[in-house]
Amino acid sequence: MFRVTDQPLNLQELVDFVTDPGAGAIATFIGTTRNNNEGRRVVALDYDAYPEMAEKELRRIGDDANKKWQLCRMAIAHRIGPVQITQASVMIAVSSAHREAAFAACRFAIEEIKKTVPIWKKELYEGGELWIGTQSGQPMLGD
Amino acid sequence: MKVRVKFFAILRERAGTADATRELAEGSTVSDLWQALRKDYPKLDVPGIRLLYAVNRSYVSPDHKLADQDEVVFIPPVSGG
Repeated sequence: MFRVTDQPLNLQELVDFVTDPGAGAIATFIGTTRNNNEGRRVVALDYDAYPEMAEKELRRIGDDANKKWQLCRMAIAHRIGPVQITQASVMIAVSSAHREAAFAACRFAIEEIKKTVPIWKKELYEGGELWIGTQSGQPMLGD
Repeated sequence: MKVRVKFFAILRERAGTADATRELAEGSTVSDLWQALRKDYPKLDVPGIRLLYAVNRSYVSPDHKLADQDEVVFIPPVSGG
């Protein structure tokens, strides 16, 4: 399951999806909205995405993870639109026969999401707003 | 030929629109399209950022040659997660 949605995320749905009789482990990751970033008081995040390509890239991450580790199943869901403090913006669930693969693939997936998937977060903070990654001087993908 | 452009995130705000259709000379590249759009939308350029390019939902290089009806997206630094 590789999904971009404007609805609140539900971890149980992902866990149910990756539940597999051959699995001895399910690892999950939840990315949540923090109330501060680089000294700014964050009010909320607002996510935009190129949904068709983002889902394709999420599926590519799943394929790559499956080549690196023997996985049973993987599910990734990313929320778009406004996400309030404490709420989840991304959830990942991975099942595998043994725990090492599930932990590693979960970590790999979140790192890859941050590099290649066409999703963007705008930080709404006290005193302004900012598309993260567009400050000049910030290191970019490929640098 | 005509290509379809979708703008997202900071580029959508700078263009003031989410979609555009652009007439281009045959043989034009993604880079040629970007130069044309910078003239159409003077505020489009974001200083100091590197763009990636997608045609029909796959990443391509800036010298990729466009075809009629291609869907082109200029991708500012991604920040999902």
